[in-house]
Amino acid sequence: MPISRRNFIKLSGLSGVALTLGICVPSAGKNIIQVINANTTGGMGIELQSWISIDISGIVTIMTHRSEMGQGTFQAIPQMVAEELEVNLDQCNVNFVPANPGKFGPQPQEGSYSVRGWYRQLLQAGASAREMFIEAAAARWRTTASECYAENGSVIHRSSGQKFGYGELIADAAKLTPPQNARLKNRKDYNIIGKPLPRKDIPLKTNGMAVFGMDKRLPGMLYAVVERSPRFCGKVKSINDSETISVKGVKHVFKIQRAVFENLYEGVAVVADTLWAAMEGRKVLKIEWDDEGFEHLNTETIFSRMHADVSALLELPHAPTRFERAFPEATKKIESTYEAPYQSHSCMEPVNCIAHVEADRIEIWGPIQEVNWIQNDLSARMGIPTENITVNMTFLGGGFGRKAFPDYPHEAALISQKINAPVQVVWTREDDMTAGPFRPGAVYKCKGGLDKHGKILAFQTLMAAQAFWPNPTPAPPSDNDMVGILDGLAKPYLQSIPNFSFGYAPTKAPIPVMWWRSVYASTNAFAVESFIDELAHQARQDPLQFRRTHLDNPRYQAIIDKIEHVGDWKLHTKKQGQGVAITECFGGIVAHVVKVSRGRDKKIKIDKVIAIIDCGWYVNPDTIRAQLEGSIVMALAAAYKHETHFQDGKAVEKNFDRYKMPRISDIPDIEAHIMENDEPPGGVGEPGFPPLAPALCNAIFDLTGKRIRKLPFDMDAL
Amino acid sequence: MVLNINNKQHSVNAGPDESLLMVLRNHLDLTGSKYGCGEGACGACTVLIDGKATRSCITPASSMEGKEITTIEGLEKNGELHPVQTAFLNADVFQCAYCAPGMIMSAVSLLQKNSNPSDQDIVSAMQGNICRCGTYPRIIKAIQEASTV
Repeated sequence: MPISRRNFIKLSGLSGVALTLGICVPSAGKNIIQVINANTTGGMGIELQSWISIDISGIVTIMTHRSEMGQGTFQAIPQMVAEELEVNLDQCNVNFVPANPGKFGPQPQEGSYSVRGWYRQLLQAGASAREMFIEAAAARWRTTASECYAENGSVIHRSSGQKFGYGELIADAAKLTPPQNARLKNRKDYNIIGKPLPRKDIPLKTNGMAVFGMDKRLPGMLYAVVERSPRFCGKVKSINDSETISVKGVKHVFKIQRAVFENLYEGVAVVADTLWAAMEGRKVLKIEWDDEGFEHLNTETIFSRMHADVSALLELPHAPTRFERAFPEATKKIESTYEAPYQSHSCMEPVNCIAHVEADRIEIWGPIQEVNWIQNDLSARMGIPTENITVNMTFLGGGFGRKAFPDYPHEAALISQKINAPVQVVWTREDDMTAGPFRPGAVYKCKGGLDKHGKILAFQTLMAAQAFWPNPTPAPPSDNDMVGILDGLAKPYLQSIPNFSFGYAPTKAPIPVMWWRSVYASTNAFAVESFIDELAHQARQDPLQFRRTHLDNPRYQAIIDKIEHVGDWKLHTKKQGQGVAITECFGGIVAHVVKVSRGRDKKIKIDKVIAIIDCGWYVNPDTIRAQLEGSIVMALAAAYKHETHFQDGKAVEKNFDRYKMPRISDIPDIEAHIMENDEPPGGVGEPGFPPLAPALCNAIFDLTGKRIRKLPFDMDAL
Repeated sequence: MVLNINNKQHSVNAGPDESLLMVLRNHLDLTGSKYGCGEGACGACTVLIDGKATRSCITPASSMEGKEITTIEGLEKNGELHPVQTAFLNADVFQCAYCAPGMIMSAVSLLQKNSNPSDQDIVSAMQGNICRCGTYPRIIKAIQEASTV
């Protein structure tokens, strides 16, 4: 991260603040943490990453620099700070801060990173402030810091029992040099971390007061909707807006482009003084599209291409892999191909964004995961320096990765620039569902061989999918652990299986794609954990014991023990199928056990899903359980409810009538467990997604003998 | 047109076919009710019309004159949350909570008709409300809790 010199303390909007602390990373790569006193000013060549403000009444304001899309950072961040600061969470306000890498460092909300990436800094910031208050109080009592302790927003003198509230100590504390390595509390002494405390954003969310992107209003703001080319790469040939401009309230109609990497996707913006007028104007807009010069693909064509690409990987020149050398020696050999579909994120809050572009500055408001990328992207595309670009986060009505892409703020900024006014660009549900970017479909070819003892001797997995990034190159089979591409794979397999090889083919298609919750793991896990099950069946071994043999690692062994205990693994009967999958991504290890049976109508029903997560040190067990429950529901839908099809170059499913979402009647009994250990914190929001599909399909195989290798499948047809 | 919303008369100058949802959100700044699908398929826009859960995105505002409209903003009475809101709060139901206003309004409507719903009654009443975050297990718990108040 480049260092910029700046005066970094800004107290606007905070009244009566006497102490503000920041956490800083003074230089790239070294990750040295400094705590900065509010009264310190001047260019110190440091990057302020986060801050805590405390006013004279002892009210603590904790700035959360991470977006809140339901995953619980709005609670987890203050929970960590308050623990070390020794304040009650009720004493704390929580505010969002806008994107500003100069102040807050990188803020992207992805990779399940908020706790695992920030806990050290946040704990240290809280502890540093606490030690400053103790030192200030000790000076007043003319004693040593060791004679005092902090509790519930006060410092207490051990021998006399006298106390000062933090508010009373602020003037003194603010003059002290903050300690750089304040002592952190022992986990056993925690009062706040590790407790299922209710989320601080929930009251606002039960009375309609939470402001999502859609709810934000700016003075003088206009509304825009965009008719985007129904074929992804279509260009505007001509616009007939005569009826549109006669709709009362419509002010402007013009062509607009939206960038997804180097590709510009075209549409026509209708700007009006109300959203309704913009939508009405759009209904009568006539556009002729130029659909020449690019492929009009169908789903079947794309998947045939992925199948061809994955097979062609073997033809690419490459050094002999361990797999290729060992496979001929295997006593049993199997091969399977798996398919996962293209899918739309379909957050409940459709994509939207407010932009206000002036001569040399841009202000953005919206449901945004990737504030920094947006800032940099807008700067590069519009020629405005990043320090003049403010990106403000609202609450997000779901994100799942979709709202980490800079395409929609870019489009909003271009519209604002054109009309010279603040504008809110609203995507209808149909826009959101048909324009992408989509979670790409994928094809996997897995090959495996067992030795005479029924252990896996050789395993190869080859994947074809559209790449997330521009200009990808194919990776022929090799023994390298392909970081990212392999995500979701339980890592100890790589040690326990002697000959493991991989390959990746980036399939070309003109469909905008991007990651969704758990990224590669969302499809990888289905292939790998289904194939492990197929190998277990070939070896005539219990699938859980087979995994135990191949996951030689204490954390995994503990999870398998837990499955045997809470999952009633050994008690199962022929009337019920059970399946398991264990996956790892973003630092979190999750196992799902799924139990299925046939209902009276002979259809398969899911009786129960048991989720077990090992995310190491954790902050809020209730949030973790909620994330596990939610991941299961989202993954169930992804496994057997919805797929985005393409026909003649257009997305077919446009709204919830055809893109089926999980409903309350679809929900099985769900049980969530958290492993207790002292490992460093891991991710939570994403790791709970990948194991569901393979665990469900493995359970269906156990009940019916039918192996599902293509998602989504029709549960009623089984 | 004049609309009775949360026991207050509002005079609105809206387009002839403008939906009630648009009027609430864009003319009256009552942004609690959400746009989710525009075709009554997700329930995020649910309000009460004379006590009955109704999808405001497919309801023309002009047809609502003379009716009693209640939105999420109008559930609190004398600064006290409605028991359904309290139950949802206590069960720590929501994640992103974009669906929350619609969920709560649907639950209020159910409990007004049926103060002691079975699990099946709850599922039937809430089937039209989508929660993408998957908080359904907690929604059922919250409604069960609210029904015992």
